[in-house]
Amino acid sequence: MSRGTAAEHRLAWLLCAPAVITMLLVTAYPMLYSLWLSLFRYDLRFPDQREFIGLQNYVAVLGSPTWWESLANTLIVTTASVALELLLGFVFALMMHRALIGRRAIRTSLLVPYGIITVVAAMSWRFAFDPTTGFINGLLGLEGALLAERWTAFGVIILAEIWKTTPFMALLLLGGLTLVPENLLRAARVDGAGALQRFFHITLPLMRQVIVVALLFRTLDAFRIFDSVFVLTRGAQGTEPVSLVGYNTLITRLNLGLGSAVSVLIFCCVVVIALIYIKGFGIELSRQEEK
Amino acid sequence: MVAENRAGRREQLLWTIGSTALVIYALIPVAWLASLSLKPGADLGDGRFLPRSISLEHYRAVLHDPQFPAALLNSVGIASIATLLAVMLGMFVAYAVVRLQFPGRGAILAIALAIAMFPPISIVGPLFNVWRILGLYDTWMGLVLPYMTFTLPLAIWILAAFFREIPWDLEKAARVDGATPLQAFVRVIVPLTAPAVFTTAILVFMFAWNDFLFAISLTSTNAARTAPAAIAFFTGSSLFELPTGSVAAASMIVTIPVILVVVLFQQRIVSGLTAGAVKG
Repeated sequence: MSRGTAAEHRLAWLLCAPAVITMLLVTAYPMLYSLWLSLFRYDLRFPDQREFIGLQNYVAVLGSPTWWESLANTLIVTTASVALELLLGFVFALMMHRALIGRRAIRTSLLVPYGIITVVAAMSWRFAFDPTTGFINGLLGLEGALLAERWTAFGVIILAEIWKTTPFMALLLLGGLTLVPENLLRAARVDGAGALQRFFHITLPLMRQVIVVALLFRTLDAFRIFDSVFVLTRGAQGTEPVSLVGYNTLITRLNLGLGSAVSVLIFCCVVVIALIYIKGFGIELSRQEEK
Repeated sequence: MVAENRAGRREQLLWTIGSTALVIYALIPVAWLASLSLKPGADLGDGRFLPRSISLEHYRAVLHDPQFPAALLNSVGIASIATLLAVMLGMFVAYAVVRLQFPGRGAILAIALAIAMFPPISIVGPLFNVWRILGLYDTWMGLVLPYMTFTLPLAIWILAAFFREIPWDLEKAARVDGATPLQAFVRVIVPLTAPAVFTTAILVFMFAWNDFLFAISLTSTNAARTAPAAIAFFTGSSLFELPTGSVAAASMIVTIPVILVVVLFQQRIVSGLTAGAVKG
């Protein structure tokens, strides 16, 4: 294709303008506004006391145990759920790839967790683990409420996260599995390579790019965890993730200054995670956009 | 030969058991909600997975609830408008990116990628403040805008991936016949893109249908509060007790359409998800 004429450029920009302007107005502008607000003492309950205080909000957030605890909580949930999802996702993907019968049924039922509203799924788990209405305590012969203890509550939160998002991981991995040439695997089989050898020496290396992209997106997604924790514990028992700290500061307590500092710090965490993946694993995100 | 056959049969049995386990895994929470929603109020605390007897009392209660029907309407309306707008604007961008050469093409895809990774909580505070000033707080438009924004990257990606597969020569033929680029786009290309657009619309709708953070931060009343927010804040007769039966019934009401869509369009949803993420 040619480099394009001036008329073509104009048409292209015209077509892109509404979407780009919307995206920038609703993300970039509020993000900058967040950065600005984070430099002020600004509590909506006492709007008259608004004043510029420099980095004091950041000092307050970074000096509080709540922030570090919630960051640790978020990282625990993110790491545990993404790691387990990758394993389980591979099992599911291989099943969908190899299953001779019922492939359609498997795919359809796996899309149910993907499509269901997160809050609804979390409600189901909350009722299931409830000592009076639930069936799980009876099934496991337990007495106490699992959601009332810190580590078991983490277990339930991670379980809810895994249940909901493994199908997405599995579908991405399935897409990667179809990239592995079938005759290569057959040749390796003829040469005497076992199933595990074939998986680790052929399938896995060929899927590297797909796996890293899936991990990046799932990690960033898990890091924003909010809905399920809100429903399951509302952050009680020391399970509060960073998003909930942000929400509580901004919307519940209406402290826009301090809350904005939390928001900016969460944004920085996300940038750091993305950079670690992009630099560390060498994802070539831009390469995919080339034709 | 016989041994191989037996191994093959055993393998098949394993796959069947595995597949069954997978289907059960995927459906347990939904089955549990369905069971709870059908249990009569007195049986809610019996701790059994399956109901002993069936009653529709919770569904009746929910449909006569002062909040839930309004929330359902808000959810349908807001998600539909957001889907319409996101798909429309996404189509424009995808067309430009796939078909036209222009400076800034890479930048647009980079912006979309960055927004796909963006943490929504980081802009909730400013949006809350600006929406109050602009009068968008607790309105449909106040939620449509963030939903559009966060689904545009998805829409652009999926549509661009599909658009690359379209036989564009037809467009050239139309251009030769004297159509302007815009006419060629509207008359020839739009009908060809219908399947891709439909797939994108399903995925965008699902996102908007699912959102909770914006829904509870940017709304406060029946005017715009959506179903997930209403379900999380259900209050029963007493303020501190969650009305299990009503929550379960409301949850089923918002889940049944999702299941229908998934059953009817599973092929499309899967191709859309993998086109967006794997092929890029």
